[in-house]
Amino acid sequence: MPMLKRIASITALLTVAATSFLASSQETVRLGTPISESQLANFDLIAQPNGNGLPAGSGTARQGKAVYDARCAACHAANGEGISAATIIVGGDMQSEGEPLRTVGSYWPEASTVFDFVRRAMPADAPKSLSDDEVYQVVAYVLFLNGIIGEDQELNASTLPRVEMPNADGFIDQSAIH
Amino acid sequence: MGRSVPLAKAMDDSMLALFQNGEPVMPGQGYPMRLFNPGWEGNTSVKWLTQIKLTNGPVHFRDETSKYTDTLPDRSSLQFTFPMGVKSLITSPSGQMSLNQRGIYRVTGLAWSGSGSIRRVEVSADGGRSWADALIDSERHEKALTRFSIPWEWNGGSAILQSRATDSAGNVQPTRQSILDERGNIATYHFHGIQSWSVNNAGEVRDAHA
Repeated sequence: MPMLKRIASITALLTVAATSFLASSQETVRLGTPISESQLANFDLIAQPNGNGLPAGSGTARQGKAVYDARCAACHAANGEGISAATIIVGGDMQSEGEPLRTVGSYWPEASTVFDFVRRAMPADAPKSLSDDEVYQVVAYVLFLNGIIGEDQELNASTLPRVEMPNADGFIDQSAIH
Repeated sequence: MGRSVPLAKAMDDSMLALFQNGEPVMPGQGYPMRLFNPGWEGNTSVKWLTQIKLTNGPVHFRDETSKYTDTLPDRSSLQFTFPMGVKSLITSPSGQMSLNQRGIYRVTGLAWSGSGSIRRVEVSADGGRSWADALIDSERHEKALTRFSIPWEWNGGSAILQSRATDSAGNVQPTRQSILDERGNIATYHFHGIQSWSVNNAGEVRDAHA
């Protein structure tokens, strides 16, 4: 059966080509090995303004003070006033005279941005070392220091997206025009 | 760190870069893998990539809200300013170089645009009062560095060297002052204005605002 034989040889050829491609790409690209779902979860930290990606857990500013004092105050100072221009996270007024001081309180448009950043990048000397509860607590404390929420207001996956940030309407979103 | 990339760009020409110039991407450039968005400002091309996630809108990451946004004089802030404006600058002679003797110099530089290829580069030696067309020395690829040059005679006096590029979409590189007039002086992340180099009568070349 010549037809069947021909199909078989083509199959063999394709197999060889695919194998050699894989061998060479592993040698040169070194993509590593697949990671498990549980390992992947440690990287899947995106928190969106609508609450997508916020984890279980909760916290209040009152709870967050201890976390803040221990893990944040060394750089951001006792009340968020910072130890340098880049570490100020409290205060500012976008309508002030001269160049406005732009902080979490005066500038950032979404509470989810604070959560996403703290969870993936803070504290700078040990990123991702805070528990999800501790992140909720310390985000609540920073928002409280800025006068945005109350000291006992609980932040969780459903309340955090409803926090009204002072500069929420201050941005001109150009992402759709490119 | 994260950045939001509109789906239209991701499906157009964004790429995941494993190699650059025939070798694995260098550690400082994002090894083993980085995002690359051609024609867009470099800060959107995420290094050391760990995750790509399809979302139903911009995530508003810290580096696209607190950083890389431009506060205007009315205190509203431009967000997601992605493409590089048409830009050029003279690389020789340039700041900290010096001209040792009077005579003919080859003025050369680079031009690029996030909105197309480079159509024209003009050079001025009198602070923008008069201009002459430079030669385009390289191929004119879209969203790519394009080399230009022009001969210039230094007579031993003071001069201000500038270059001004025009891209294939008809955008003309603006002056520094027109950008300041439009955006004010709070916004500092995006600058594609004309670069000025002053030459004094000793031949010393310095950064200048003209």
